[in-house]
Amino acid sequence: MPPSTVSSGDTAWVLISSALVLLMTVGLAFFYGGLVRPKNALNTMMMSVVALGVIGVQWMLVGYSIAFSPGNGWFGGLSWFGLNNVGLEPNPTYSATIPLQAHAMFQGMFAIITPALISGAIVERMRFRGYIVFLVLWATLIYDPLAHWVWGSGGWLLKRGALDFAGGTVVHISAGVSALVAAWFLGPRRDYRRVPIAPHNVPLVLLGAGLLWFGWFGFNAGSALAANGLAAVAFVNTNTAAAAALVTWAGLDLFRTGKVTAVGAATGLVVGLVGITPAAGYVTPMSGLLIGVIAAGVSYTAIQIRSRTKLDDALDVFSCHGMAGIAGAMLTGVFATKLVNPAGGDGLLAGNAAQMGVQLLAVLATIAFVALGTLGILALVQMTVGARADVREESAGLDLSQHGEEAYFGNDLGTMAGAGNSLGGSVVVDAFSGESTSAPEPAG
Amino acid sequence: MKLITTIVRPDRVPEVKAALFRAGITGITLSRVSGHGGEHERVEQYRGTALVMEFHEKVKIEMVCSEPFVEPCVQAILSGARTGEVGDGKIFVQPIERVIRIRTGEVDNAALTAVNADAIQRAAINAAVSEV
Repeated sequence: MPPSTVSSGDTAWVLISSALVLLMTVGLAFFYGGLVRPKNALNTMMMSVVALGVIGVQWMLVGYSIAFSPGNGWFGGLSWFGLNNVGLEPNPTYSATIPLQAHAMFQGMFAIITPALISGAIVERMRFRGYIVFLVLWATLIYDPLAHWVWGSGGWLLKRGALDFAGGTVVHISAGVSALVAAWFLGPRRDYRRVPIAPHNVPLVLLGAGLLWFGWFGFNAGSALAANGLAAVAFVNTNTAAAAALVTWAGLDLFRTGKVTAVGAATGLVVGLVGITPAAGYVTPMSGLLIGVIAAGVSYTAIQIRSRTKLDDALDVFSCHGMAGIAGAMLTGVFATKLVNPAGGDGLLAGNAAQMGVQLLAVLATIAFVALGTLGILALVQMTVGARADVREESAGLDLSQHGEEAYFGNDLGTMAGAGNSLGGSVVVDAFSGESTSAPEPAG
Repeated sequence: MKLITTIVRPDRVPEVKAALFRAGITGITLSRVSGHGGEHERVEQYRGTALVMEFHEKVKIEMVCSEPFVEPCVQAILSGARTGEVGDGKIFVQPIERVIRIRTGEVDNAALTAVNADAIQRAAINAAVSEV
């Protein structure tokens, strides 16, 4: 029997939040899937969906142990392998009122979405097999140790007082920087800056952005690990920053091109959510509003600059997650106040300029570790199973070449005239061969 | 007999169709096409990228008419498709050698006469055709 310290309210909220964060990865699949071309829609969505499976298993086996079991400042151990020793009693190090297994699941959803975020930079040109190897290695060698630094018991950044409420450094800066490195390593798509490449389904992008916003309440407010006032303020900040960033982005669009775009609105709201992630439980709602506005401005500018370069970060993961994540982490050092969260810290405006230094250290350490680690992993993948799709695979589209499927089947003449069915792997039935068509006698 | 091919704006198709039907031309074939004419290129913005759409969406309507219907057909298209702005499209008229109705094997003008035409209409068409 779990001891009576388990709070049913807190546990309910964290379990629901875990499910909300899971939904974010599905939302991400739609968000990214709508932004690519039709021939790569399934592959792009699968890059997110497959993480639900692969990292779901990896996390249960070793991920949670490396990230959260007691160890040194850099790694947890393997003492929680297979969720061994992870029971239904609370562990006061992480939360005194929820079962440790609930914490494991909640954190597992973060581990799933983080590498999926990277996929946006490398869409339309990475081999699926190579991507899966990359996923497993990246989660095990980069995400799990990084989570330990910032959140694990004894983590060295935690000890220095770095503030990261829900994963600005661990999730967004790490994914954004890895995305930048991966886009550079794989090289641009062959069509990049040669042929116009436009989002093939903007309604899917809006659906995905909506699901991300919805799920992000679990991501940020759930990171209070309790159903309390802190969860409420994180919830308010999350919504405020997303809304402010959407408005800011729309305004910048209007100013620059004279029109407010749907892709811009979707991007803006996501950027606001990224920006508020490290700060959600440490700042007042007015600061949350400002963080949303600033994150949108930073990210918008970064996208304009990036799109003029040869660097094919296809869906601007670095601009959206890396830059907004860095802005959010640094602004946490500006706006944090113990009036909101006594267990948090004071920032620059609360008279603690030193917090800025700690935040900068966390940002730089994350960037350095993640950039080198991603480079090493990609080099390994390229040398073994292959990372980059070849010309033929890329021009045919990754849906066909990697999965043998099409996102939109049945709309061309080929399916009307030429397709037969292969049943049971041996019988080939031509849909038209059975019919003898004798022309009717011409009348008259 | 003439093949009349016209390229029109997609948003004018309902008006063109109504005018053709009023003129008694019911046998039409539509296709979506894109092309380049005198229109300004359209610009679309996706995040940091501006795309110049050089080709415009149009609808191509093809119909084969017996001689008495050719001029009414052209007038119907003009009345339905014209907005006065650049990009209204074109009408092309070409001679046709043979027409065969697949269902019955009827040829030429008989094949072009609407199936639901009554005896009086048929007589009028035949008279007009022989006049031409």
